[in-house]
Amino acid sequence: MMQARNFPIGDPILEVRNISLSFGGVKAITNTSFNVLRHEIRAIIGPNGAGKSSLLNCINGIYKPQEGTITLKNEVLDKISPNIVARKGISRTFQNLALFKRMSVLDNVLVGRQLHMSANFLQVAFQTPQARREERENRERCEEIVEFLEIAHIRDTPVGRLPYGLQKKVELGRALATEAEILLLDEPMAGMNVEEKREMCRFILKVNDEFGTTMVLIEHDMGVVMDISDNVVVLDYGKVIGDGPPDEVRSDQAVIDAYLGVAHD
Amino acid sequence: MTEFLFFIEVVVAGLLAGTMYSLVALGFVLIYKASSTFNFAQGAMVFFAVLAFVGFMELGLPFVVAFFVTILLMGLVGFCTERLVLKPLRTQSEDTLLMATIGLGFVLEGLAQATWGVEVRRLDLGIGDFPIQWIIDSTGLFISALDLTAGFVAAFLIIALALLFKYTKMGLGLRAVADDPGAASSIGIPLGNIMLLVWTAAGIVALVAGMMWGARAGVQFALVDLALKALPVLIIGGFSSIPGAIIGGLIIGATEKVLEVYVGPYFGGAIEGWAPYVMAILFLLWRPEGLFGEKIIRRV
Repeated sequence: MMQARNFPIGDPILEVRNISLSFGGVKAITNTSFNVLRHEIRAIIGPNGAGKSSLLNCINGIYKPQEGTITLKNEVLDKISPNIVARKGISRTFQNLALFKRMSVLDNVLVGRQLHMSANFLQVAFQTPQARREERENRERCEEIVEFLEIAHIRDTPVGRLPYGLQKKVELGRALATEAEILLLDEPMAGMNVEEKREMCRFILKVNDEFGTTMVLIEHDMGVVMDISDNVVVLDYGKVIGDGPPDEVRSDQAVIDAYLGVAHD
Repeated sequence: MTEFLFFIEVVVAGLLAGTMYSLVALGFVLIYKASSTFNFAQGAMVFFAVLAFVGFMELGLPFVVAFFVTILLMGLVGFCTERLVLKPLRTQSEDTLLMATIGLGFVLEGLAQATWGVEVRRLDLGIGDFPIQWIIDSTGLFISALDLTAGFVAAFLIIALALLFKYTKMGLGLRAVADDPGAASSIGIPLGNIMLLVWTAAGIVALVAGMMWGARAGVQFALVDLALKALPVLIIGGFSSIPGAIIGGLIIGATEKVLEVYVGPYFGGAIEGWAPYVMAILFLLWRPEGLFGEKIIRRV
């Protein structure tokens, strides 16, 4: 699977350094550090409550860690909010789906193009050539994404009416539309059946291979994690207890004890 | 024949007066679309805007300059509201926001009266509130020039706003924010700017509505309560729909006039004031989401 990638794994693109986050007296993340390499698929695993989503929320700018720094392409992300992080090239999906339920599939994806729209109200009102070209390009791009994810047949359906598995795909599509360099996927396969999971894996690998997008994903299905990720970070009680390629992490005693399972007598 | 002509006249006058309700309702809809909150301060904004406008005119500014200065002022009000009230409350529930808008309403009312005084002002738009001669000559109908102007102005604002929402980046962003603010900001939509734009737009709509109302009834505190007539309009039209605000306003305007003229005498008159609320209550029983509102589906 690793042979001859279109985008070989490169230098660190995202560096998390000594992050600590607490809510009142509750420590969610304690002194956590790891790197995400350019073009890799990086999994974050750990038991429930280990701080995985909190970590993603820190990277995304929703939470501000009390200590430590997050560096994106040698720029420290400081005093920022999610929309600014998005502008800098990090997009995400959410654990409990955050879609625009009243809008159609295509419109949801189109909203993801916000950052690539520059025509102002007057230009749109008078349909200047520039506004028309931009509109056409954005629509074409969205049609491509919808084709790519094989959801073209439902493009005009309001998202709220779709089954869960398809909604997850639409959310991925919207994140793709931003053309972010890094995608944060929070449990992209939660609640899916085996068939749907396999399909989602295929898309994640395809996106990574075709666009070179760096992926950071949280996942519980160990089979999936071991299959698709290049490197794995293991969290337990807000601390990193393992970091490395899947095979290495799988045989690490601390990881096995904390998460992968100890035989119960 | 004259009976029928009179009926038409009542309906037309009602429809045109209805466009004024639509104008006020439009301000409510804008804010509701962006933050799912009923902005109780909208009435106060109408009062604040038009009082400031008249105040600037009294200071000697020409009509057009005063108009634009007031728009800037409403932008400033929008900015302060966003930064001082909405932003700190962003993660709170919609009920909290609702309470905040009630408070905001009192602040605006107080500020306006403290600055400009409490006496009733006259506002002369140069458009008389009297029937237009050529319409009388050609059809025999008595239609007020002010009503007609209000109708045109409302139509213009509505078309502009509808286009804005449907076809621009801001409109798309706004719809996204209304649906899920968290998701919207995760793909790069700046919540603050969207809110600022919406509140400014609502401020402009409030100013125009206030000018129309003020020209008819005088610029006075009662405008705040008059603006609450938008409530039945929204119940009928649906809180989140621009066309709903228009149609709702027309329905309320026409029916309240017809009821006043034909049913009013049996109640001793002046039923205009409360008839719309009765209609709204009846409407709630039949279609709680309004004519154009999104159907509320709750899974139990």
